[in-house]
This record gives sequence, C-alpha cells and structure tokens, in this order.
Amino acid sequence: MSDSKPDNLTAQIKARNFNFYYGKSHALKNINLDIYKGKVTAFIGPSGCGKSTLLRVFNRMYDLYPEQRAEGELLLDGRNMLGRDVDVNMLRAKVGMVFQKPTPFPMSIYDNVAFGVRMHERLSRAELDDRVEWALNRAALWGEVKDVLNRSGLSLSGGQQQRLCIARGIAVKPEVLLLDEPTSALDPISTARIEELIHDLREEFTIAIVTHNMQQAARVSDYTAYMYLGELIEFGVTDQIFIKPQNKKTEDYITGRFG
Amino acid sequence: MNLHLKRKIINQLALALSMTAMLFGLFWLGWILFTVIKAGGGALSIALFTEMTPPPGTAGGLANAIAGSLLMVGLATAIGTPMGVLAGVYLAEYGKRSWLGSATRFVNDLLLSAPSIVIGLFVYTVYVAPIGNFSGWAGVFALALIVIPVVLRTTENMLVLVPNSLREAAFALGAQRWQVVMLVTVRAARAGIVTGVLLAVARIAGETAPLLFTALSNQFWSVDLSKPVANLPVTIFKFAMSPFQDWQALAWAAVFLITLGVLALNILARVLFRPAKQR
Amino acid sequence: MTPMPQGGLRAAARALPEWLFHNLTRFFAGVTFLLLLGIIVSLFIGAWPSIKTFGLQFITSSEWNPPMDRYGALIAIYGTLITSLIALIIAVPVSFGIALFLTELSPVWLRRPLGTAIELLAAIPSIVYGMWGLLVFGPVFAEHVQPALQSTLGQIPFFGNLLAGPPLGIGLLSAGIILAIMIIPFIAAVMRDVFEVAPTLLKESAYGLGATTSEVVWKVVLPYTRVGVVGGIMLGLGRALGETMAVTFVIGNSSSLDTVSLFAPGNSITSVLANEFAEASPGLHTAALIELGLLLFLITLFVLALSKVMLARVAKNTGAST
Repeated sequence: MSDSKPDNLTAQIKARNFNFYYGKSHALKNINLDIYKGKVTAFIGPSGCGKSTLLRVFNRMYDLYPEQRAEGELLLDGRNMLGRDVDVNMLRAKVGMVFQKPTPFPMSIYDNVAFGVRMHERLSRAELDDRVEWALNRAALWGEVKDVLNRSGLSLSGGQQQRLCIARGIAVKPEVLLLDEPTSALDPISTARIEELIHDLREEFTIAIVTHNMQQAARVSDYTAYMYLGELIEFGVTDQIFIKPQNKKTEDYITGRFG
Repeated sequence: MNLHLKRKIINQLALALSMTAMLFGLFWLGWILFTVIKAGGGALSIALFTEMTPPPGTAGGLANAIAGSLLMVGLATAIGTPMGVLAGVYLAEYGKRSWLGSATRFVNDLLLSAPSIVIGLFVYTVYVAPIGNFSGWAGVFALALIVIPVVLRTTENMLVLVPNSLREAAFALGAQRWQVVMLVTVRAARAGIVTGVLLAVARIAGETAPLLFTALSNQFWSVDLSKPVANLPVTIFKFAMSPFQDWQALAWAAVFLITLGVLALNILARVLFRPAKQR
Repeated sequence: MTPMPQGGLRAAARALPEWLFHNLTRFFAGVTFLLLLGIIVSLFIGAWPSIKTFGLQFITSSEWNPPMDRYGALIAIYGTLITSLIALIIAVPVSFGIALFLTELSPVWLRRPLGTAIELLAAIPSIVYGMWGLLVFGPVFAEHVQPALQSTLGQIPFFGNLLAGPPLGIGLLSAGIILAIMIIPFIAAVMRDVFEVAPTLLKESAYGLGATTSEVVWKVVLPYTRVGVVGGIMLGLGRALGETMAVTFVIGNSSSLDTVSLFAPGNSITSVLANEFAEASPGLHTAALIELGLLLFLITLFVLALSKVMLARVAKNTGAST
C-alpha cells in the first residue's frame, strides 16, 4: 500500500505493520492501510475475517480485555494511538463508536445525548441544550423527539434507538466515527434512513463502517477494504473494487462464490 | 401384576404424594397466617401506636417498641446498604478475576446463611463488652452486619445481568470505569438493587437473636441509642413467654405488625423486580 | 487539528477519581471478607476462659450448672443435632415433592404464585414461628397428635421409647417439626432451580423411551442433579442448626437429659444462648456461652461451605453442558 494519495486527501488514521492477538490466536495479520479524512471507508468480508476486530482497535476498545493485545503502528493524525501514555478516555472522545445493537442508556433521551458531552466539556445549560438539539438534528431524530426529550431512551423504536446512539456519538463532536454493523439489527426502512444519515454526516466526520452487506458498502462508502482471515486483501475506491477488483480473492467474494 | 400397570400405579402414587407435599406446605402457611391475623388482628387498636409497653396487668401499647424498631432498622439499612452496594460493585465490575473477588463472594455466601445469633454474639464481644453496656448502636451495628451480605449478593447478581454492550457504549464515549459503573451500569440495575435492599429490610425487621445481645430492650420510650432501645422482636420474646394475658395479646399484635410489614416488603420486592426480568 | 491527547498531569488528575473509587469498592469487599475471620477470632478470644478451663470435656460433659460454674455442652449439642435431624427427615421428602410438583405437575400459570407462596414461608420471621409454635401448635400437638402417635407407633417395641412420656406439646419433636416447616422453602427452592436446569433433551430422551413422569424424575433428573440436591439439603441443614427463636420457644428449655424420648423437653445451643445470655454473670458463664456460640458457628460454617462447594460444581457442570 503506497503512501501517495490522489488529490487533496489526507490520511487521518494510518495502520502500518499492524498485528492483533486474542491470547495466542493471531487475529489481524500485518495490516497496512489509510483511512482518509472526510471520507467513508467500508470494511467488508466474510464472518470472522477480522473487520470488527480492526474497527474496535481504532478506539482501543480492546483495552477492556486483558487477553487482547496489539502490535505495530497505528497513527491518528500522525501520532501513535497505541502508546501507554495516551489518555484513552480522551482518545475515545475523538474517535466515537456506534454498535451493532442499539444501546440506549437507562435515562432520558436528553441525558443520553448529553452523556458524553457532560463528561468532556463544561457547557452552560443553554449551550448543552443547543448541542443536544444539533446532535439530534444531524441524526435525523430531532423532529420525532423534540417534545419528549424527558422520556426514557428505552421507549423508542429500534430504528430510533440506533439514531439516538448515533446522536449520542456525534454530540461530543468526534473527528472519526466508527460504525460497527449499525443497521444489522434494523428493519429495511430504518436501514435506509441511517444510510442517508451516513451520507449527510460524511461532510463533518471521517467515517469507518463495518458491514456484512456488500450492497450497503457499495451504496454508502467512498473507499472499501476487503478483508479475509485477518488479512487486508484489497483496498481501493469503492466503485473500482466492486466493478473491477484487482485481487482474485476479492472478486470471488464480491461475486458471491463464497461467504 | 403386569409391569406396565404397576409402573402406572407407582407414577400416580408419586404424583399424588407430590401434590400432597405441596398442600402440606401451603397448609402450614395458611394456618400460621390465619392465626397471626386472628390473634394479632384482634388485638389491634390505636393504643398500640400511642401507648408505651406496660407492666403486666396494665393496658398499654407498643409505641416505643415500634419506634425503636423503625429507628434501628432504618439506621442499619442506611449504613449497610452503601457498603454492600460498593462491595457488590467491586465483585461485579472490578474483581471478576481477582482472588479477593472470589474469596469475598465465597465468604459472603457463608455469612448470608450463618446464624444471626452468632452475629449478635460477635457484636457483643467487640462492642458491648468493652463499652460496658447494651446499646441501640450495638443493635444497629449487628443489624447492619446482616444487611451487608444480602445487599452485596443481590447487587452483584443484578450488575452481572447488565449486558456488556451497554458498558462498551459508555466506554466508547470516553467514560472512565467509575463513571461507566455509577452512571450507567448501576442505573441499569437499579430496580434489582432496590429489591435487594427491600429484602434486606424485611430480613432484619424480624430478627430477634442479634438484638438480644446488643440492644436488649427497654420498657419506656427510648430513642437514645447509647442505651438499650425498645424494639418489637425482643418485646415479643419477653411478652409471649410470659403467663400474662394482656402481655400475650400485645405480643400477638406485634407479631401481626411485623409479619404484615415483612410480607408486604417481600411482595413489593417481587412485583418491582418482575418487569425488569421479563425485558 | 487538535493534537493527540497525551498523558501527563491533566490525565493524572482525571485518573484520581477512578483510583479512589476502585479502591473504595475494594476496601468494602475486603471488609466483608475479613468479617468472617474477625468473628471467629473474637469469639475464640471471648470463649478462651471456658476453653482453658474445660478443654475437650466441654463437648462430652452433660452437666450445665451455672451456680456451680460447671459447663458441659453435650445436652445442647444433642438438642441441636436431634432437632435438625428430625427437621431434615421431614423436610427433604416434602421439599422434593414440592419441587417435583412445581417443575413437572403444576399448570404453568400456577407455578409462579405457588412458588411465591412457598417462598413466603421463608420470609416469615422466626419469632413468629416460635410464638405460633408455643401458643397454637403446641396445645394442638399435645391434645390430638401426641396421644395418637403414642397409641399407634408408640406401641412398637424399642421404637416406642422414642415417643414415651407425657404429651407436653413442646419438646424436641415439636422443635424438629417447626424447624422442618422453616427449612422446607430453602430446600425446595434449590431443588426446583436444580431440576429446572436439567437439560430438556435429557428428559425428553427418557420420555421418548416410554418412561412415566415419576420415573423420569427419579431415575434420570435426580441422579443428574444429585450434587445440587445434596447441596440444597446441606443449605437447609445449615439454617436449621442456627435457628434460634423458633427453637427457643418450643424446645422446652430443660438442661437435663435422661430419656431418649423425643417428646421430652431439651435444649439446643441457640436456646441456651437466647435464654441465658442476658443475665449471665461475666466470667466463666459468659465465656462458656460464647464457646457454645463458637462451636455452633464452626459447625454451620462447615456445613454451609460444603453446600457451596456442591452447588458450585452443579453450576460448572450445567454451564458446560448447555
């Protein structure tokens, strides 16, 4: 993977010779890739290929589990993410994540969105109100909940809950947003709304999305990475990957020969 | 006799016996509750709440005993609950793999079922004896020691039920572990933890043995915790074993009050907890 | 572009609340753990004068004589063990029947209310059992049941001696019966939980071979859950051994033992403690009472620890096989 990039692209996240282990098992092998700022990068591949594992490295989620460890270089805006001296909590404020299953906290809609903001910034009540409204707007949920902000987050439908989680994630104004199969638990209509959302959000955030749905990757992303058995097989512009993949393994997967 | 028939008969017999066992259990429950309601309900009156415990032969009430019990139970719960919750938090969130976590869990289960009279004895030897007199504080101490294992156990069980995805979502927003635990996980387990506290209250409300060696009892109005304090269980003990009719009647009334309170708390706890479980 | 968040002083300040909280929770866990040791040690110290004076004779002597300062725990220990044994003999089969009913026989809509009803038996404070036992159960037992027992089972040679003597209504047998009622909910609850986690596939295989319900439970489920069942029984035993108020009211409070009859009044460790402690003179009397308490604690700890080990093994096995 060369370092030369077309046009005005900057690499926000860079992985160089990156390896990851679950105990003795070598889960990610020699990953080298760039995630470009302001673009949507999709990760596809069959189950167990390591795409979620890689995504969860970007916000050091693996820190929670002692038997998981990382080696190699992982840079965010040029500085090493993996160092021991990095303040992981602040890192996670810069790199946000939305999970597969909607996980609203047991509190009001307002408090859900304000949760991260309250932890990292000192805002007046009015400023906080504005931020919550902004986040819910960007997540295309404001219209539906603006009159019931005090209601519990758990009272929303599945699709709404996931948009709430997205609002919660962007309320802290991260630079990167990681989406781990965000629509796999949702019905087609909610899925379509969230895909629209991703399209809108790309202007302000760098987005990395893991999906097992190839068509979704083709729809929403600018760049696509195909992974298989822990290795990065191919990375490139989405249209090119899907129309004319350069690697045979990629082609096999895309044409449905397996997986 | 044909084997098939024999097995069929044995089966019917076994099932009949099992139903009999069920009825047997319900029979005792019914008899005890019936007696308590009849004898205790019959002795109910406003005087119970306004008059003090009398000497034999005089009319009176249970006001001081009720007040003393409420006071000691309340304080013991207020002291024991935070300790139990925090220890439960350690077991569920920090100490899952540590030796202290496993050791505490094991020891806690032993304490949970240990005879409460021993707790009373313990508080006597470390607190009452050195100080030189029975006191309400000693009673509170003993009751708190019974509250802690109950609350610890339920807190840990409830916290463990909270799905990990909720914790991860909070971490992903940059929260530190203590924030994740107190702001999200404990909140999610709130109903179950409260249930545990209610059950702990129900348990200590009826405990007599620990109070026998610590707070003893008091004939008069007593809210001075540095001396013996009147309470319902020890009053029942004294009055019920006596040959005096009016004392026995008061004992039944006290039994009625305690049983009512305890059963109400138990049923409340079950009703509170059920919706969370079904989710 | 904001710089990569670094460590340093600000991060350390942010880390302080976390460190405090972590160690606070660890502290209280530690306190709970040390409590057990503390209880054993302090009881030992309190009992020391008595241990020093009587040594092993404390357990073998049946003379409990406060005015003469001579203390032997044999009668109390006997009372504790006998009443608990009677309680187990009655409670185990009944609990088994209840667990069987709740898991196999009862219509589903009845299960919860019936289960709750049985659990309420456990919630009733022991002093209520004691008072009820003395003032309600006792007289009925003396008037109707004891004479009936004496005229039927009491006629059997040798065995009849167990039922000899005046029908007082209170005594060792009555205490045992009340204890049985008290521990039934505990044993039944454990048995029911353990029956419920027996794999459905196992039961279906047995049914598929044409077994009746009682055969499936007796021959397949019970052996499979054997360890858990024993664990539950030990739990009930632990509770019975330590039960105070119910026993104190009903056991008769007699420090002499000259008959094997179960109708006779007796004493248990807990009833001696409950009756004598408040007025005990400091010194040897108190120390002897504390030694009694220590003995009881150690016995129940042993039984409960055994129960825990067995139930833990069940959890491990069923966890692995599901």
